[in-house]
Amino acid sequence: MTRYVLWRLLQGVITVWFIATVTFFVMHNLPGDPLADDKAVSEKIRANLEEKLGLDKPVVEQYFIYMRNMVQGDFGLSFVHENRRVNEIIRDHFPVSAILGILAIVIAGFGGILWGALTALYRNRWPDIVIILLVILGISVPSFVFATVGQLVLVTMNNLAGFEVLPVAGWGTVAHMLIPALVLGLGTMAFLTRLMRTSMLEIVSSDFVRTAKAKGVPMAQIFSRHQLRNAVLPVVTVLGPSIAGITTGGFVVENVFGIPGLGRYFVLAVQQNDYGVIMGTTVFYGAFLVLMVILVDILYAVIDPRVRLE
Amino acid sequence: MTDITQGTAAPVSVSSAWQLAKYGLVGLLFFVLLLALLGWVTSYSAAGTRSTQAVDFATNTITLALSTEPPQLDSTRATDMVSGMLLGHTMEGLLRYGPDNELVPGMAESWDVDENGGTFHLRTDALWSNGTPVTAHDFVFAWQTALNPDTASQYAFILFPIKNATGINEGEIDPGELGAKAIDDHTLEIELEQPTAYFLKLLAFPTYYPINEEFYSSTDGGYGAEAHTLIYNGPFKITKWVHDASLRLEKNELYWNRDQTKLDAIDYAYILSDANATLNLFATNKIVYAGLNSENLDRALRNRWHIKQHNDGSVFFLEINHRPDRITSNYNLRRALQLVHNPSELVYKVLKLPGNLPGESIFPVWLNGVEGRFRDEFPGPKYIINEEKAREHLAMAIEELGVDELPPLVLLSGDNPVSNKQSEYYQRLWKEKLGIEVKIDKQIFKLRLEKMTTGDFDIVAAGWGPDYHDVMTFGDLFASWNLNNRGRYANEEVDRHVAIAQSSSDPVERMEAMDRVQQLLHEDVAILVQYERGSVYVSDDRVKGVTRRAVGLDPDYTRAYITRDSED
Repeated sequence: MTRYVLWRLLQGVITVWFIATVTFFVMHNLPGDPLADDKAVSEKIRANLEEKLGLDKPVVEQYFIYMRNMVQGDFGLSFVHENRRVNEIIRDHFPVSAILGILAIVIAGFGGILWGALTALYRNRWPDIVIILLVILGISVPSFVFATVGQLVLVTMNNLAGFEVLPVAGWGTVAHMLIPALVLGLGTMAFLTRLMRTSMLEIVSSDFVRTAKAKGVPMAQIFSRHQLRNAVLPVVTVLGPSIAGITTGGFVVENVFGIPGLGRYFVLAVQQNDYGVIMGTTVFYGAFLVLMVILVDILYAVIDPRVRLE
Repeated sequence: MTDITQGTAAPVSVSSAWQLAKYGLVGLLFFVLLLALLGWVTSYSAAGTRSTQAVDFATNTITLALSTEPPQLDSTRATDMVSGMLLGHTMEGLLRYGPDNELVPGMAESWDVDENGGTFHLRTDALWSNGTPVTAHDFVFAWQTALNPDTASQYAFILFPIKNATGINEGEIDPGELGAKAIDDHTLEIELEQPTAYFLKLLAFPTYYPINEEFYSSTDGGYGAEAHTLIYNGPFKITKWVHDASLRLEKNELYWNRDQTKLDAIDYAYILSDANATLNLFATNKIVYAGLNSENLDRALRNRWHIKQHNDGSVFFLEINHRPDRITSNYNLRRALQLVHNPSELVYKVLKLPGNLPGESIFPVWLNGVEGRFRDEFPGPKYIINEEKAREHLAMAIEELGVDELPPLVLLSGDNPVSNKQSEYYQRLWKEKLGIEVKIDKQIFKLRLEKMTTGDFDIVAAGWGPDYHDVMTFGDLFASWNLNNRGRYANEEVDRHVAIAQSSSDPVERMEAMDRVQQLLHEDVAILVQYERGSVYVSDDRVKGVTRRAVGLDPDYTRAYITRDSED
């Protein structure tokens, strides 16, 4: 077990190094001038800016400098948010994204398993048909539509109630989290519902379920011990990447609900050619994703006794 | 195996459904517990949005939303409007703009000025928010810092009228040689490079704000990045700044003119770029102000909100590329475009947002001239539409360029809805009226800037906002030496008149020179002026005493107060 984890971590480090290297060189070839702004500046000032940010050196040299600093845990300065270090930006904003992400993934995970099991149980009856219709909606409608509609619902609700049922935007209390987390988790929940349904139905017709039935095990016990537990495995597999997807994909939701998360920085940095923040957030999220995948693999062994981590 | 997802409905096991319901209940319980835990964790971090109403009489506070997070609030480097607005509420220069846009004393109590500079007498009761006095040294330090090439300030140029400023900024002269000296703690002597009639107006600009050297050094490079790495000498101070979430201004009790400040706090409780979301906050009485755009204007109309307009001071124009290798360097082609140019159609039929004003001159209508408004005294040229003449000029252009058919014009544009609308309008206009093909090159901000700087366009939609209340803030834009002249328009006569208006102290001579500039830009078709931008907004009528300006601090809440009486 320990050996396995160490081995996976080493692989992870190599993956992150690869992500960092590719991002670094691709980023430096992005069209657009990172230092350009509304007002034009003289050659002299531009040269000073380049020197300050280390852009005056050859790209390969910049790469080695960046890597050396990165290993020491220093992601450098933001180009746009002058005077702020990328480390501070991640420290300030990642927890917010993480909280939103955890809630969204819990909603998506529980919801997906529950609805999926329900549809399988009521296969081709009305609960199944209704839920699957909603699932199609959930998968095909982009999150910015859900976000905007979700907020409009809040506005209407508050105006009808005459007092604030749930806040329209902002961050800080449980009330601020509920709707954004729901909106954020909706797409993944729909996807997981479908996955769970297929997985459940596959297991109904498997040998061990038939054997259990033949032995006279009560239906509820077969359902919970044999069907549900086995069907959940594929859902857990995709949960890992979904966690990273949800925490990074919060851009739209963060924008609409005015939530100070890292997702906004992650997307805006690319548009603004903010090299410091692009590198910092990409490497950070890359490492996060790798870690989640490893975690899920370990979780797999816990849920499924057939899997041994060797 | 058969397709397992299809097939007939099987009998449902009720016991299994009960089992599932139990699991669901456990899941829900877990979720509620998690929510409570996360809520508890968040409440301990600083990022909380206080759930207040737009106007709170109990605490004498108004709540607002910021459209973007200020990159930093270091006055030597601030360039954007949000930073300028926040600095204007929390800092003060030698002078500031009063309620009627006239210059009023700020940190300077009195001043004696002549052509070559002047002496400013600072008030002795002016304090920084940490209790130290504001002195003449603070001004000298701030200006030297802004000019220091290592600071790389984009606004260094606004200090250039001061003696040796340009040389310092280019790294050729030591910052100590700056023509601004602290004679003693409360006397500041300024020597100018050459007579500059509008110098006093510059003194209200953020780059001219003072900075306390001792405090600046103590922040170790982080000056202006957080609420606690700043000290304030203006009407308000920032007491809380949670990045990307909120920013709170509270009355500065050490401000010399504190009796004038009526509000106890201005709470920017939200930082929201989404215009619809901002309007939603306004609709639920959470904020006192929301800007409108062409998309959500209808909603404001439907709700019968009181919609207000304000000329935001900026002028938008089609900047033409005059580099010799571009076909747009041909006068007849430019003239042909000018003869079909119809700003009224653009404003009223295409953009359709109230508040915008069809453009005629690079000098907007609100600028002051000799005694009254500049444009009343010097109306300037008008766009006259003549399609027949336009086609004649086009034919001449084609002949001069030596081509059978004109290659497509590259129209560089932004990637927002307003840019899209107008680019498509011009594409259709020039195709229909002149048969000219237009290729729209839609780019995001940084890419568009890069292409503007390198000259990779024929025509680009651009705009300019004023920095100070003088014709010169627009007047020197198309001087050949101005780096913001992205089309590289060069006309010796324009340069000469700009120089006159810069150095002359005779208002009539200055305004006549500027009139000549607007004529020349029109005759030579240097640019095609489109419109003067107006902003449309809704605001809470219980907030009074807010000053709107085309130039300088806007919107200005420094004298604002709240009243239960919402009648105007």
